[in-house]
Amino acid sequence: MTQLPQTTARKLGLVIDLDTCVGCHACVISCKGWNTENYGAPLSDTDPYGADPSGTFLNRVHSYEVQPEQGTAQLIHFPKSCLHCEDAPCVTVCPTGASYKRVEDGIVLVNESDCIGCGLCAWACPYGAREMDAVEKVMKKCTLCVDRIYNENLPEVDREPACVRTCPSNARHFGDFADPDSNVSKLVAERGGIDLMPEQGTKPVNKYLPPRPKDTLSEGAGDIDILAPYLEPVAQEAKGFLGWLDKTLEKL
Amino acid sequence: MNQPKLDLSPKVSDEIRKTTCYMCACRCGINVHLKDGKVAYIEGNRDHPVNKGVLCAKGSAGIMQVNAPSRLQAPLKRVGPRGSGEFQEISWDEALNLATEWLEPIRKDDPSKLAFFTGRDQSQSFTSFWAQNFGTPNYAAHGGFCSVNMAAAGIYTMGGAFWEFGQPDWDHTKLFMLFGVAEDHDSNPIKMGIGKIKARGARVIGVNPIRTGYNAVADDWIGITPGTDGLFILSLIHCLMKAGKIDVDYLARYTNASCLVNGDEGSAEFGLLLRDDAGKELVMDRATGKLTPFDQKGVKPDLTATHEADGITHRTVMHHMADRYLSNDYAPEAVAERTGISARRIRAIANEIARVAFEEAFELDVEWTDFRGETHAKMQGRPVSFHSMRGISAHANGFQTCRALHVLQIILGSVEVPGGFRFKPPYPKPATVHPKPHCKVTPGAPLDGPHLGFVHGPDDLALKDDGSPARIDKAFTWENPMSAHGLMHMVISNAHAGDPYKIDTLFMYMANMSWNSSMNTGGVMEMLTDKDENGDYVIPRIIYSDAYSSEMVAYADLILPDTTYLERHDCISLLDRPICEADAAADAIRWPVIEPDRDVRGFQSVLCELGAKLNLPGFVNEDGSQKYADYGDYIVNHIRKPGIGPLAGFRGDGTKTGRGDVNPDQLDKYIENGGFFVEHIPEGANYYKPWNTAYQDWAVGMGLFDSPQPYLFSLYVEPMRKFQLAAEGHGDRQPPDHLRERIKATMDPLPIWYDPAPDNKVDDFPITALTQRPMAMYHSWGSQNAWLRQLHGHNPLYLPTKLMKENNLTDGDWAKVTSPHGETTVPVMEMAALNENTIWTWNAIGKRKGAWALDNDAPEATRGFLLNHLIHELLPPKGDGLRWANSDPITGQAAWFDLKVRLEKATAPNESQPVMQPIKSPVGQGPETLSWKVGK
Amino acid sequence: MHPAPSVIFFSVFSGVGFGLLTFLGFGVPHVFGWNAFVFFVIAYLCAVGGLVASTFHLGHPERALKAFTQWRSSWLSREGWCAVLALCFMAIYGIGLVFFDVRWGFFGVIGAVFSIATVYTTSMIYTQLESVPRWHSPGTPAMFLSFSVAAGALLAGEIHAAMALIAIAALLQIALWVVGDGALEASGTSLATATGLGQNGSVRAFEPPHTGTNYLLKEFAFVVGRKHSLKLRVISIVLFAVIPIALLIAPFSHWLVLLAVISHVAGALASRWLFFAEAEHVVGLYYGKR
Ligand SMILES: Nc1nc2c(c(=O)[nH]1)N[C@H]1C(S)=C(S)[C@@H](COP(=O)(O)OP(=O)(O)OC[C@H]3O[C@@H](n4cnc5c(=O)[nH]c(N)nc54)[C@H](O)[C@@H]3O)O[C@H]1N2
Ligand SMILES: Nc1nc2c(c(=O)[nH]1)N[C@H]1C(S)=C(S)[C@@H](COP(=O)(O)OP(=O)(O)OC[C@H]3O[C@@H](n4cnc5c(=O)[nH]c(N)nc54)[C@H](O)[C@@H]3O)O[C@H]1N2
Ligand code: SF4
Ligand code: SF4
Ligand code: SF4
Ligand code: SF4
Ligand code: SF4
Ligand SMILES: [Mo]
Repeated sequence: MTQLPQTTARKLGLVIDLDTCVGCHACVISCKGWNTENYGAPLSDTDPYGADPSGTFLNRVHSYEVQPEQGTAQLIHFPKSCLHCEDAPCVTVCPTGASYKRVEDGIVLVNESDCIGCGLCAWACPYGAREMDAVEKVMKKCTLCVDRIYNENLPEVDREPACVRTCPSNARHFGDFADPDSNVSKLVAERGGIDLMPEQGTKPVNKYLPPRPKDTLSEGAGDIDILAPYLEPVAQEAKGFLGWLDKTLEKL
Repeated sequence: MNQPKLDLSPKVSDEIRKTTCYMCACRCGINVHLKDGKVAYIEGNRDHPVNKGVLCAKGSAGIMQVNAPSRLQAPLKRVGPRGSGEFQEISWDEALNLATEWLEPIRKDDPSKLAFFTGRDQSQSFTSFWAQNFGTPNYAAHGGFCSVNMAAAGIYTMGGAFWEFGQPDWDHTKLFMLFGVAEDHDSNPIKMGIGKIKARGARVIGVNPIRTGYNAVADDWIGITPGTDGLFILSLIHCLMKAGKIDVDYLARYTNASCLVNGDEGSAEFGLLLRDDAGKELVMDRATGKLTPFDQKGVKPDLTATHEADGITHRTVMHHMADRYLSNDYAPEAVAERTGISARRIRAIANEIARVAFEEAFELDVEWTDFRGETHAKMQGRPVSFHSMRGISAHANGFQTCRALHVLQIILGSVEVPGGFRFKPPYPKPATVHPKPHCKVTPGAPLDGPHLGFVHGPDDLALKDDGSPARIDKAFTWENPMSAHGLMHMVISNAHAGDPYKIDTLFMYMANMSWNSSMNTGGVMEMLTDKDENGDYVIPRIIYSDAYSSEMVAYADLILPDTTYLERHDCISLLDRPICEADAAADAIRWPVIEPDRDVRGFQSVLCELGAKLNLPGFVNEDGSQKYADYGDYIVNHIRKPGIGPLAGFRGDGTKTGRGDVNPDQLDKYIENGGFFVEHIPEGANYYKPWNTAYQDWAVGMGLFDSPQPYLFSLYVEPMRKFQLAAEGHGDRQPPDHLRERIKATMDPLPIWYDPAPDNKVDDFPITALTQRPMAMYHSWGSQNAWLRQLHGHNPLYLPTKLMKENNLTDGDWAKVTSPHGETTVPVMEMAALNENTIWTWNAIGKRKGAWALDNDAPEATRGFLLNHLIHELLPPKGDGLRWANSDPITGQAAWFDLKVRLEKATAPNESQPVMQPIKSPVGQGPETLSWKVGK
Repeated sequence: MHPAPSVIFFSVFSGVGFGLLTFLGFGVPHVFGWNAFVFFVIAYLCAVGGLVASTFHLGHPERALKAFTQWRSSWLSREGWCAVLALCFMAIYGIGLVFFDVRWGFFGVIGAVFSIATVYTTSMIYTQLESVPRWHSPGTPAMFLSFSVAAGALLAGEIHAAMALIAIAALLQIALWVVGDGALEASGTSLATATGLGQNGSVRAFEPPHTGTNYLLKEFAFVVGRKHSLKLRVISIVLFAVIPIALLIAPFSHWLVLLAVISHVAGALASRWLFFAEAEHVVGLYYGKR
């Protein structure tokens, strides 16, 4: 129903590691594949072989350049799907009750047979996590693969979202944020996981791990010997070098 | 709360069929979920050694590849002029009869009139077997324009290469340095590896003018000036040697650093290694002070030895290296400006390498015995690893640069040790156990041996008796003596020019040669359509096999339509490019998990039939009947050597591995096992492989070689010196005079660096233009995929901030880009994390109108573009009356990344320039919407 | 935001219709019989026409009734209820006026309250969206309400009230534009907070996730040029306020009032077009658009 549950028993969601995501789009396509064949209507594509192809995707990978005050620019790949917000504005705006947040695990879903396709929930979502399907005319969004994570027809290891299962660089993690000992809670604690747009007050469940500091190798002041303590020359010339080699060999 | 009741356990599929992905050469295992016999979903196979369950975007989009409207439907015979795309569908009988009619007389009179070249397929041991039986010397796959520098440099230096033939020890490495890689063949494993080591907090350094993908997640990014990696690496070597941060013990034991180099300037052996009568390299034993073959029991080779004989001093390779690399020519200060990396940064990196290699060194408590019989209680770990690909190899100095990188790895003692770089079976194996090239043509009979291989001196070149090139691509000639993979990129231009000779039929498989795999794309189209004075095509006949309506289809006279990868048998064999891991030998199959719904046939099966029709030995039984019913039959029943066939697993009664009799149930066994087979290397045998007796014995048992083949790494590559000697006038086989100086200069047996930029007119064209592979696209095929083409539907040209400003450009503006060879006008976008004199775009996104069943106004054709129009297979004229090839002078590798350009702002045209005429689609156009769901 | 004609049309005309109904409900103008019939027809045409138009942008209009279920949390649902209740009460009230010449004031007042509430709920559909900072302000309902009552007054023939209300609407509109121009900035949401990468340096969108377009870009990433928007703002003010007020100041004529109405509605349409077209959804930040 469109009112949000007071609390949910579990808070299932994803951790996305911006330090390791290589921007390969594997998660985008496996999500498209799974969700085209499974939950609800297929994710359609219009003009798929034409001038203006456009399709429904539940997960998209952006990329950003970050220019630090000092040093070279960095490039960050940035996957984004529904964050399964605790205070999900997309749910409360829904006039039909099609959008709802599950009490048992906090997954935000669209009940497609109730959806009138008004688009309001997509307007309400600050993250662009909802897309209206152009063919089916119902709202589509990340289901957190609700039809995988409990699916008894899948082997237990496979009961995780398609995007997590496929991510080659292990930049996506799935788990229960209500449990402080879960893999995701620990990662967030260790790596300082953050919320996107905290000021929007949506309390996203999904967290992002910020990139680690970059380009640190040549930083620091001082002369080169301090910088490169392991490069103290054993010899400046070939002769001296070979002498050193002799001595070293003798020790072996 | 009143939530809808969900079915949380819907049925996933009727059946899972496990096979191997084909969307790139990584060859991941896939689970194909079927509903009602149709492909419903594709995911990674968790048990598979390559991908362990993960799958990339291309692999997951396989479903859209298999249903693509661009799939060819039936054999086609050209009815319009070449290049028009006008075809008539014919039956397979007609197609095969036509091919036989064309090829039979050639084989009888002069098999070299057939040029058979294949693209990036994974059945080269089979296609080469076919070509060899046909008798033509003109066979190769795509390696020559791809990354032969990398492959050849690795094999000549250390008996194995990066490419997909080795991998970092992901579990132990603590510093991983990546040179010039955007994606590579080992796509998923590299990503998995990077994920793994980053989770451990290990450092990744990316050396690349462009900071995307792997380089974006690298902890440190070195935005090097393209083409200067060799100089940078030699400077690292300089720093490390100078500081004594090298693994002396490793160098002495396992490399030819301690081999003695003939110092007799007057002799024809000057610069060659001293050898005993049996041809074994000699070292000075520190224990005895005597010259002795390197592999004797208990020998302790002396790195710094000199050997005086007849008044001549012979010094070790190490001496030569010290002389060369300690020179201040390689000091960071001396190379900083040219490489675009500050001296301080070069030192910082050398320092970090030294720190990790020697301060963070560790040992594994695993005992092993080396080839000299010495048993080591532990394995010494050097947790620094490297990987590299086309960024350093696709330059005209690529071979030497790749060599430099291997020398760096070797002086650190980080190859085949814990934490370092490790080979995957069937590697390591010394260059000397590879075949040599064969080119002896006999009408009506097979060639005298395999086409491709490794030369060890002028005697091994593929020259005719008159000294002219034996092969149409001029591989293994003085122009590029060590062209181990052939030169596919030269075939069309040489055939067109009739130089070294004319051919009759060009037979190609799976290579989009009139488009993205050629340099000088427009020129190639002209060559393919050019007619002689009689009005006949200069290249008289072209047969081509493709699965899709690619740009190349329009240029063939006869099209043999292939199946898609889910509809046929394939074999990823240890005889070829297998799927092994550093810890295991492994191979795999593909099998028809669905049936084709069109009149198409697997190309390899077609070759089995065509081979039989042509009566090729190897393809017919004694009674003249067809030997292999199809490729599946070949995979099971073909025998290369007694007990060895295409697949290593489940041989004999199903329990034999590597060697064993034919097992008629072998394919079923593979299917049962998930489409692959793995044999793990026992612990204790899995490091130090070139020298480890346990590994050598295991490899012999597996059939990888017939006897143990321990060898030394070649810091000094002696065969190169042999070519120099020839150029200096020694020996009977002499290079043409115009090549002497170049051979002397470039074939240095120790790595050197030279600058390819001046040959590319860098003064007038100061910007380097590069391409990168997008992770979600495979060359030209991705664009027919409805899902993938939404990710990369066109390719902007990315410009560094400096060039955007200088040219007064903002995102979405257009620029005219001019190279010495041509020009193109394309949309631009700014990128800050980019070397400031480099521009780039994604590779092979631009499409020809009419191809791939796309609309004529598809963005791939209107905004997309190919940089290939600007690249020529020949360098701009130097004024010496010659046109030199735009390739590495040692291997012939196409120098894609030496492209120099200049640019200026342009008024936006309607579409990217140059515009090519549309071709007529032989398959029609795709549907207007897609809602692909096969289950109800 | 993409300025969808159906939504612009809906919100303007339902505003006009419910504005007029509000006046009618309070007995202004005091009309009966055929006179009342004409007023009610105009009001209903606008209000119902607007509502019908609003269903055009629904993917599944056949399920529209489901939209009444979530009045506890959804402004869209509340709007539906208010509109229906307003139309029902006003219908009863209107039947009295037209056919029985009686004024059932109770129904009129309740109907008027629901009418104005409808306009308010409509405005709250936009106001509640934190994701669109320009809309997320008390100014939005104020503006919607002022436009609605101004148009109501105009149609009700309350010339003086209309002039005053139009002037107020114009002032509110200008204020809303000015405040709105800084709303995204003031909201604190930026590419830095959207990506969480702000502490590392300045963030710039590089490659979008797809080279092609998508629903989000079509729906949210509509960009009007600054120059263009200034011109439209002037046109809108001139049409909905300056011209009507000038016409109303002139000696009274039905034709002039009709012209004033047409001009006002045209101006209101322009203003509403800008309301959507200028509204920046924060999702645009992810695409490097504002
Ligand atoms: N997704 C995908 N995977 C593929 C392919 C594909 O098309 N798509 N193709 C496959 C094939 S055939 C091949 S050969 C491999 C190739 O795999 P890669 O070698 O990764 O190929 P490229 O994308 O050409 O990347 C070359 C990289 O080198 C960098 N570079 C260019 N010049 C220099 C230089 O002078 N110095 C340094 N340090 N870097 C430089 C470029 O910026 C680029 O990042 O990929 C294979 N894998
Ligand atoms: N500018 C620039 N150009 C480059 C490069 C670069 O880095 N920059 N890289 C070069 C390199 S390394 C390479 S390897 C080449 C790659 O260039 P190509 O070898 O031309 O690669 P593809 O585009 O993959 O084209 C192969 C053809 O195989 C067809 N095909 C796909 N599947 C099947 C199948 O199952 N059966 C058959 N029979 N055919 C099939 C496709 O339809 C396509 O026509 O490009 C080279 N060109
Ligand atoms: S991310 Fe958007 S769609 Fe998902 S719960 Fe939050 S507001 Fe709703
Ligand atoms: S589009 Fe569907 S799910 Fe979204 S608010 Fe409207 S009815 Fe609810
Ligand atoms: S959790 Fe499932 S639905 Fe959500 S992004 Fe991942 S694959 Fe797509
Ligand atoms: S699959 Fe993983 S690495 Fe690739 S884009 Fe998605 S999150 Fe990033
Ligand atoms: S890397 Fe991707 S395309 Fe290549 S084989 Fe693996 S899944 Fe297929
Ligand atoms: Mo390649």
